[in-house]
Amino acid sequence: MRPAASPLTGRSAAALADARLQRALADVPGGFVAARARVKAALPEFEALRRAGRDIKDHALAHLDLYLEAFERNAIGAGSKVHWAATAADACDIVLSICREAGARLVTKSKSMVSEEIGLNARLEAAALEVVETDLGEYVIQIRGETPSHLIAPAIHLSPADIAEDFRRRHEQLPQDRDMSSPAALVAEARAILRPKFLGADIGITGANLLVAQTGSAIIVTNEGNADLTLTLPRVHIVLASIEKVVPTLSDAWTLLRLLARSGTGQEFTAYTTLVTGPRRPGDPDGPEECHVVLVDNGRAELLGSGLREVLRCIRCGACMNHCPVYCSIGGHAYGSIYAGPIGAVLSPALFGPQAAGELAQASTFCGRCESVCPVEIPLVTLMRRWREVSFAEGATGWSKALLRAWAYLARRPRLYRVVARLGTSVLAGLARGRGALSRLPFAEAWTRYRDLPAPQGATFQAQWARRQRREIP
Amino acid sequence: MSRSAIFAKVRAGLKVGPGADAARRAGAEARLAGGGSRLMPDRGRVGTVERIALFKSFLAAQGSDLVETGDAAELPQAIAEYLIARELPLRVRTGSDPLFARLPWAEVRGLARDMGRARADDTAGVSRAVAGVAETGTLVLASGPDNPTTLALLPETHIVVVRRDAIVGNYEEAMELAERELGTSALPHTLNLVTGASRTGDIGGRIVMGAHGPRRLAVILLGGN
Repeated sequence: MRPAASPLTGRSAAALADARLQRALADVPGGFVAARARVKAALPEFEALRRAGRDIKDHALAHLDLYLEAFERNAIGAGSKVHWAATAADACDIVLSICREAGARLVTKSKSMVSEEIGLNARLEAAALEVVETDLGEYVIQIRGETPSHLIAPAIHLSPADIAEDFRRRHEQLPQDRDMSSPAALVAEARAILRPKFLGADIGITGANLLVAQTGSAIIVTNEGNADLTLTLPRVHIVLASIEKVVPTLSDAWTLLRLLARSGTGQEFTAYTTLVTGPRRPGDPDGPEECHVVLVDNGRAELLGSGLREVLRCIRCGACMNHCPVYCSIGGHAYGSIYAGPIGAVLSPALFGPQAAGELAQASTFCGRCESVCPVEIPLVTLMRRWREVSFAEGATGWSKALLRAWAYLARRPRLYRVVARLGTSVLAGLARGRGALSRLPFAEAWTRYRDLPAPQGATFQAQWARRQRREIP
Repeated sequence: MSRSAIFAKVRAGLKVGPGADAARRAGAEARLAGGGSRLMPDRGRVGTVERIALFKSFLAAQGSDLVETGDAAELPQAIAEYLIARELPLRVRTGSDPLFARLPWAEVRGLARDMGRARADDTAGVSRAVAGVAETGTLVLASGPDNPTTLALLPETHIVVVRRDAIVGNYEEAMELAERELGTSALPHTLNLVTGASRTGDIGGRIVMGAHGPRRLAVILLGGN
């Protein structure tokens, strides 16, 4: 799953012009923002938890080799089989071989971003397995052949009417004239369609929100309960998780869980938070007979030694997207990567190659809202700026380089700078003809199409400053 | 192959030699033994009355039903009344939890009780939670023959019995209680922390109950005040 090739600006323009997408984006991220503010206000310890969350992840990453060893030891102790995948292809191979070994035909899945990252579904389907996504949003985008547009609300780009159309097309066996007018009716339909899949699956694949080194457990959160059905009913459970998910202890996990739902959906806690440790125990009446944990690197280990280590703190809550003015305007797909929004602008080039870096790092106003809400205080703006520097060094366009060079030339020559600034000010003021703002500007039509440029009022800053100084010092 | 390659890369990224630096290792071992971060919200660190009031207020906020019963012997009757009030079938399934074994199920007219793991067509499952957590109104369910996990997932109605004296303030305390109760620090296959019935906001951002799991969750608080 590499980022699409078409340029970001083209996709963004298309997204802005897409009335259906704009309607879908109008309410949902805002709802998350308001809910987060409410639960944060109700918990005086919230900011202290953010700092603690940051410290836990920094400590875990600085000792990642040791906690991975401990996790492996304890997971094996609990009866799990632990597999290591250096690359996306390795991870797909391992999962496929577990499926083959089990003689599986039907695989249910709960939401897993790393499975999207490694292109797992396509690989399993190519091997003639039926793969069913069970998170409702993921199910919708699966039947549409799309990728998620949000970390925790993968179908956030769709309206209920869009989804009704998809269900009508896909669920041909149901009466054409059935009621599909409410979200409740659509949820009931999906429930009825997916229940037999849960019951009939040979293998259940889940992600993991956290791995706990101390106990060898995976922690999985959902609101639908789909991960619990996925991991409890089939004979074989596969946990697919990237290596940076490991935290030292259960206590550390509670701290991060106190942040996760509050930051993402704005809930006090998700409806289902499950600690799963190995397969069913002797005498248990339900649960899988086998549990496999597939630990995926796929580029993360290299980030540890880079200037981007902090991005590995991410717990995938989606708060940075919900609070991003750019994400809320263009949606997730315009980013051209399964990791969208501010976190995607940092993570995607790190995982999929820096060619997308320049583009994605431009998709920010650097307003800093993302940083201010991140539950583990990832310095997203600093990291995006780092990618801007990389892309500039590696081939900024001739235009931007020439402009910056011209500005640097002037900035080093104060007298010349003053002359040019005075000239520019009077030209702009002249163009505005006393209206106070410019609605069109030659060579900058793309910029002025959406906003006016305030016209300079009076003399330049330097001239005003000089006059003031003269007045104050007699 | 992959394993050693990943560890080599991780250690190179962290700039540590293989197996070297004892101090780092000692730091990690100490954390694994000592428990790590413990930042428990003050809201859960209150007296019993306030703690139970907080627990109940979160149940209401998440849309769960609450029934209070003084004595375990009254449980079958309380369960029957709950089901009748909602016009649900008078049939439940439980696991082999000792709490349920001693109860006068047969004395409640019309109420049928099955045992074992849930079947696809079960309408109501009854479990006992090892703890309730006041800080978010969360129930802690341990898997096993006493309370099979499927009872909490497949039926449309899930009824959870929790003792009043098992309502603790925070998740950390719930883990300590579970450990005492299960008689081992070894975790069961799953610890399910349930905070309300199954729900989704994936269609149009509006919350709809009963996504894949139970549509309704009833909590029976057991024991005198």
